[in-house]
Amino acid sequence: MKFTCLSEGRGYYFPPCHIVNISGFRVLLDCPLDLSALSVFSPLPIVISSLLDEKTSNRRDQSSSNSESVRQEVAESLDSKSLIQAEPWYKTVKSLQLWSIYSLDVVLISSPMGMLGLPFLTRLKDFRAKIYATEAASRLGKLMMEDLISMHMELRQFYGPEESGCPQWMTWEKLELLPMALKDIVLGSEGTELGGWMSIYSAADIKGCMEKVQSLKYAEEACYNGSLTIKAFSSGLEIGACNWNILSPKGSIIYLSGSVFASTNATSFDYKALEGSDFLLYSDFTACNDVDGEKNDFPPATGSSLSSDIGSCWETITESWPDSDEYSEEMEKVSFICSCALDTINDGGSVLIPIGRPGVMLQLLENVSLSLDSSNLKVPIYFVSSAAEELLAFSSIIPEWLSSQRKERFYSGQPLFTHIQLSNEKKLLVSPAIHSSEFLTSWQEPCIVFCPHWSLRLGPVVHLLQRWRADPNSLLIVEEGADINLTFLPFKPMSMKVLQCSFISGIKLKKAIPLLKLLQPKHVLVPESLRPHISCWNPKFSVRYFSENETVVMPKLKTYADMDIDMDMASELLNDTKMIQEKSIARLKGELLVEQGKHRLVLGNKQVLSAQVRPLLFLGRVDLDSFLMALQKMGMKATAQHVQSTDGSENVSIVHISAPNEALIEVTSTRTTINVADETTASLVSEAVRSTSVYF
Amino acid sequence: MSKTQNSYIEPFRHPDHGELNSFGWRWIIHYNILPTPHAKVILRKQNKGRTKVTAVDLKQTVLVDKDLQIRAYYAGHVLGAAMFYAKVGDAAIVYTGDYNMTPDRHLGAAQIDRLQLDLVITESTYATTVRDSKYVREREFLKAVHKCVASGGKVLIPTFALGRAQELCMLLDDYWEQMNLKVPIYLSSGLTIQANMYYKVLINWTSQKVKSTSATRNAFDFKNVHSFDRSMINAPGPCVLLATPGMISGGFSLDVFKQWAPCEQNLIILPGYCVAGTVGHRLLSANSPAKVNVDESTQIDVRCQIHQLSFSLHTDSKGIMDLVKFLSPKHVILVHGEKPKMALLKERIESDFGIPCYYPANNESVCIPSTNYVKAEMSKSFLQSSLSPNFKFLKTISRADADFILNERTESFVQVCDDRVVEGTLAMQKEKQAKIVHQNELMVILGAENHEVQVAYCCPVCVSYELKDVALAPGENMPPVLDKRSLLHLLYTKLSNDFQDVTIQNDGDRLQIESFTVSACLKEKCPHRIHVKPDSTSEAVNFCCMWSMEDEKLAWRVISIMKNLELKTG
Repeated sequence: MKFTCLSEGRGYYFPPCHIVNISGFRVLLDCPLDLSALSVFSPLPIVISSLLDEKTSNRRDQSSSNSESVRQEVAESLDSKSLIQAEPWYKTVKSLQLWSIYSLDVVLISSPMGMLGLPFLTRLKDFRAKIYATEAASRLGKLMMEDLISMHMELRQFYGPEESGCPQWMTWEKLELLPMALKDIVLGSEGTELGGWMSIYSAADIKGCMEKVQSLKYAEEACYNGSLTIKAFSSGLEIGACNWNILSPKGSIIYLSGSVFASTNATSFDYKALEGSDFLLYSDFTACNDVDGEKNDFPPATGSSLSSDIGSCWETITESWPDSDEYSEEMEKVSFICSCALDTINDGGSVLIPIGRPGVMLQLLENVSLSLDSSNLKVPIYFVSSAAEELLAFSSIIPEWLSSQRKERFYSGQPLFTHIQLSNEKKLLVSPAIHSSEFLTSWQEPCIVFCPHWSLRLGPVVHLLQRWRADPNSLLIVEEGADINLTFLPFKPMSMKVLQCSFISGIKLKKAIPLLKLLQPKHVLVPESLRPHISCWNPKFSVRYFSENETVVMPKLKTYADMDIDMDMASELLNDTKMIQEKSIARLKGELLVEQGKHRLVLGNKQVLSAQVRPLLFLGRVDLDSFLMALQKMGMKATAQHVQSTDGSENVSIVHISAPNEALIEVTSTRTTINVADETTASLVSEAVRSTSVYF
Repeated sequence: MSKTQNSYIEPFRHPDHGELNSFGWRWIIHYNILPTPHAKVILRKQNKGRTKVTAVDLKQTVLVDKDLQIRAYYAGHVLGAAMFYAKVGDAAIVYTGDYNMTPDRHLGAAQIDRLQLDLVITESTYATTVRDSKYVREREFLKAVHKCVASGGKVLIPTFALGRAQELCMLLDDYWEQMNLKVPIYLSSGLTIQANMYYKVLINWTSQKVKSTSATRNAFDFKNVHSFDRSMINAPGPCVLLATPGMISGGFSLDVFKQWAPCEQNLIILPGYCVAGTVGHRLLSANSPAKVNVDESTQIDVRCQIHQLSFSLHTDSKGIMDLVKFLSPKHVILVHGEKPKMALLKERIESDFGIPCYYPANNESVCIPSTNYVKAEMSKSFLQSSLSPNFKFLKTISRADADFILNERTESFVQVCDDRVVEGTLAMQKEKQAKIVHQNELMVILGAENHEVQVAYCCPVCVSYELKDVALAPGENMPPVLDKRSLLHLLYTKLSNDFQDVTIQNDGDRLQIESFTVSACLKEKCPHRIHVKPDSTSEAVNFCCMWSMEDEKLAWRVISIMKNLELKTG
């Protein structure tokens, strides 16, 4: 088994990507997009929000024209004008392109985010792999991809049709002019990642991609090529997110992606199903970030008056394994966000929530409306996204993919989520786009808006942010990200309040090691950055470490694969055994069935079997003396004679038989040749050879 | 080798037939597991306090404990109905529960994988009936309802709380939309609108068509269905009412029945099957109009029309046969049906598929041998040798002349077969798992070397030269141009005629039949040549033959032909 990490990824939105070779099959684990790299592009400069309110007073004219002259020579100081003003491209995992697409056999998708880059692969002619994803992940992934396209279209309309070939900004002259921070993102820290950028895929590409996905339920067995049995088990990270259990004839392999023990909405981490495997690929990088201790202390220059770093206080939580209080922790975060939102509404401001995690978003939607109700505030909640309606409809029919708390509600006769009721009561207003007339007529401030995209470069969030950025009463709720400074760049100066929050997206260090102890795999592959923590703990199983773009060869588990022998055949075999050197040996002949990763020997068709005769196998050498004795017993006149072979390397014994018929037998240490002219003599001599040697 | 295990399966019936997946009850007790989310909801409702229930999803493989593994498959009987696959060790069974093999408007057909099974336990409610399409029956039902409400009548549909009621609602609601009907459809309080909520969530259990439209409108969001109040029983105007319990065994549906039955305009829709002793059963057995005793003191004069639901949620005999054929288990047990019909079905299963079939009575035990496999290990080279193709080309023309084949390509064809026979060696050592290895590996295991034993004979074959135009020069004894290949080809042609049952390979230098090889030997002295009296009558050419012991018979057959052969050249 060979393992190559193509990308360690970055948290929830950019899951890791690996390639594993399992008994001859090449498996790609996830195919994500690095959407945080979108921050190098400039958002739409036009402020559509003027449509919303004619009598806008506090709107500062941000006429960032798109004329080229505005772009000065290398602006070392980063400002909104240094962002690339062009139709955005998307950053894929660069190293994936080094692999032949044709050689991929299986693609496993472990979360909705893990499939955003998939259409780039599936649209290639050479792509022939089978894609497995859970039903819910593929559905959510499809929604996200379609939403991405529809948001992108807005920018395409602005910039006009795509130029053929390489876009302007990708030429080296232009790249040289980019500030360091942007260059790092575009080219990667080693300057090699330019090739990973792709222009957006089309709706047809998504459709083609989805047709190639085989969707599974949790714990449903899928069998690839009769030899790999693949099962998905919930990871708790997101609705439909999963860890994989791959059973090959050579042993079992667990792929552990980012996992959450007690998720708010998704089915919880099913770690019991992952116990006792042969290999465990630990691909949860949350603990690694724990190690770094970098909690993203953002410079105060973000222009936010309230940069409440609640993240750090959330981290100081004691856990008692395996009793997990992640659920209550997450719910605390949610209720904190709700209370902040409520304060903002009370101050007359609006709340903008561009959070891209479906599970968290649905939870927030529900809790925000509850807290509004409880304080008797009649403030509209908007959900603006092309995927909004479908997401809400979908989430209300998937009890099997939700957390036990949600299921419990369902069993006790309540709906899974309250949002259907909310939209019936007109408390929640769902709109596909910000410019729809229905949305514009219902618009009312202050309000709470859920909308994509978390990168703050695409979608309705751009317009609403431009509208509210100068309003000190309004609140923006964002997740902690890579570079918040860069993310907010085009919206500066900002007087809007910003609440940064972090949601759990994997196994924390404190739990990682107890988990490994519990799962008891034979071999573990963990990220290099966990080495100090693992090595000091001295585990019972063998541990290997991996880092990006390095191939790790895992030890071979078995030279022998398992096989089942049919009872009928087994009893026939037992009747036919021979003892040779204290081993019972039997000849075996039958039909091999390969099914569901199992090999099974059955008796098979007698007629076909008897048609094939296998040569007898003689072991060791013929004992000349007893051979002569045997011949004489049969009434033959035999004499032996020792000569050197023609090339002199071997001792040859020649046995002459003169009566009753002539025959000549040549015996060397490795071969016996019987030269004979008639059948009776031949069979007698053969009999003599058989009786004096070990054969099988 | 492990001892043979037996599975004991006792059939039993659930009193509330058709509503619940009866399989679950026994298993709850033993294994603390059960059914699908939908069935779980029903259990909650009907059986409060039974908390040791875990919902399983379709196709989800659940490891109940280290031996038992179960999996649910879609059964299509009612919403949430499932067939269960259970596996202990190598022994596996499928219990179908109630299922339906034909999709209808709202439910899909039962779906199951092709499995290796020891036993299939199938329901056999309709063991001998073959039904036509359900669509026709549904139409009949809708027409009857439509006719009644069009003439101002009231329709009473007694039904059980969950499952059937929602499906009938779907059917009616669809029809109402299509026909633009405004007559109200009511659900009695027993069938609260809230129950519908479960169904809205469980849309994934319906047919593909319903599912695909669920993104825009959930099929259980009924537009024309309202809840019913007791005070509305005698309200004027037409309506459709679905009321509990089914079979009119008492309760609300009986109350409504008492009020509505005497009126000729009204219609009562009865399920296809009613338990004896219920009003429903009496109605079905009586001829309308009739007087029916609803209890000891009351007699109702039934003047209304009665329609029997003829579309059933159970599979028909064709469905059962299809399922048994598809699964091809080693044994079949029929449950849940009428004895004589089951006997007929048993006959058919045994004669058509040759699968032993049983239909035990309640509390009767059937003992069924289960599959066991002996575990062994196999080496990689053994596996590879087994997987490599073993092509054989069988010529199906009588003439074996290669030249003719080239010329008459249209008439000759080659049959290719790939019968792969696994050949290997099983090696067992005390207290170690049996190993299956390739023959070449056996030597390593045994620590011995292979000793090759061959039998050889250099056989003289008479050759006569028919040289028509050129006379043999007196001094030339050797044939002028006679090379090994052409001699061999001559032999090949001869042998092909005599041995049509075996394949003779000719690679130019030698012929091969199984392990028997023959090649022309023009050497003066051949070690394989045994001194025989020289045949002075004609020229002889020697052919070296070599074979292994196991092909002894074949070898001498060929040689005897060669000895009597006269090769003609020219």
